[in-house]
Amino acid sequence: MLAALRCMVIRDLTLAMRHRSDVLTTVFFFIIVVSLFPLGVGPDAQLLKEMAAGVVWVAALLASMLSLTRLFADDFNDGTLEQLLLVPQPLALIVLGKVLAHWIISGLPLVLMSPLLGLQFGLEGDELIMLMVTLLIGTPVLSLLGAIGAALTLGLRGGGVLVSLLVLPLYIPVLIFGAGAVTASAAGMGADGHLSLMGAILLLALALAPWASAAALRISVE
Amino acid sequence: MFNLFKFASPATFYPLAGRLAMGFGIASAILLAIGLYMSFFVAPTDYKQGEGYRIMFIHVPAAWMSMLIYVVMACWAAAGMIWHTRLSSMMASSLAPTGAMFTFIALWTGALWGKPMWGAWWVWDARLTSELILLFLYIGFMALESAIDDPRRAARASGLLALVGVVNVPIIYYSVQWWNTLHQGSSIKIVDGGVESSMSEIMVWTLLVMTFACWFYTIAVALCRVRSIILEREANTSWVKELLQGAKS
Repeated sequence: MLAALRCMVIRDLTLAMRHRSDVLTTVFFFIIVVSLFPLGVGPDAQLLKEMAAGVVWVAALLASMLSLTRLFADDFNDGTLEQLLLVPQPLALIVLGKVLAHWIISGLPLVLMSPLLGLQFGLEGDELIMLMVTLLIGTPVLSLLGAIGAALTLGLRGGGVLVSLLVLPLYIPVLIFGAGAVTASAAGMGADGHLSLMGAILLLALALAPWASAAALRISVE
Repeated sequence: MFNLFKFASPATFYPLAGRLAMGFGIASAILLAIGLYMSFFVAPTDYKQGEGYRIMFIHVPAAWMSMLIYVVMACWAAAGMIWHTRLSSMMASSLAPTGAMFTFIALWTGALWGKPMWGAWWVWDARLTSELILLFLYIGFMALESAIDDPRRAARASGLLALVGVVNVPIIYYSVQWWNTLHQGSSIKIVDGGVESSMSEIMVWTLLVMTFACWFYTIAVALCRVRSIILEREANTSWVKELLQGAKS
């Protein structure tokens, strides 16, 4: 079982490494969206500092969503997905492998980039760490929930726009607690409550989302 | 034994739905007339909020219905996925527009109520935000269903989405208790089997009449809509053709 999971992750990572530009597009999209905000609202340092967590988080949501359409689409188009549905290992496990690879490709770079962007917005010390920690817990949830949307809209016309309509409402709790934790820690209140809730969301998503995505894939491919 | 599954077939459900829709439609119209009369002329003026509080009589039932309809819709969707009954998913899709409408009414009347009471049309309060998410969920459900051409796949895919989205309903319901925010707590509580309320008795009765009016309206409209969906999906079957021929002659 674990061998299948590892095989799936390595395969998707290898494929991503062959198309490096896809990975870089997501990261640069993230950086550009974050950089647009100071240009839009003006360079007031105090205002930007207050907005930083929200801006970085919203940009992370959008960047993670942007790469979702590719999660199953390539495998669907070349027929690999049908073969994956036939393997003896549970489909949920295969989906989990793909989601994990998707997170390493599109989520982890955002986590690593976030302190730099936070620094540009004037966040310091603890807040930067908090921003990174919340993104570290939150971005896997985004990939897990997004996989459901990507699987449901597989092969549909206008799938990219539709996926945003389906997935963004589900992202909102993660956004609230993620950005809330950073704001709370900046205000000197403890962020433990927010972090615990995010951890709970992550565990719940980890337990249920692969099954939901697997069911959605079967619906879409049949 | 009375066989409920007999009515799982669209052909037998279609005439039953017609009779039920008529009955619930009339009941809803009568209750609505009584409820509106009570809410405008019988219920006393509130000592704190003045006349403006009367918007509650549509706001609260609409908000309740918006959540209830989503849960019912998800139950139909689940039934459709478990037993593969066509009718269940048709019921789910027939409830969605009414649910979206009630969510919109709840948000709209809430804005009208919020302006005189809080001094703002909209605040980013937990309950308002999660009700807005509910509206997005309804819209997502309908968008996904209409984006897929094959009706069977559409029903199953949107059903799965409805089941995933049902997580949001308890969050809305308990948001007032979990987060201490501007939106007031519920005025009616069920305590130890009895109903306890911070409102006067006549207000509670008016609210109940309005709630049942909305409830019956939903049932009537959903049944009418499901009849149209049945005719559309089953257009090629012999019983629909016979029905149409019977209607012509």
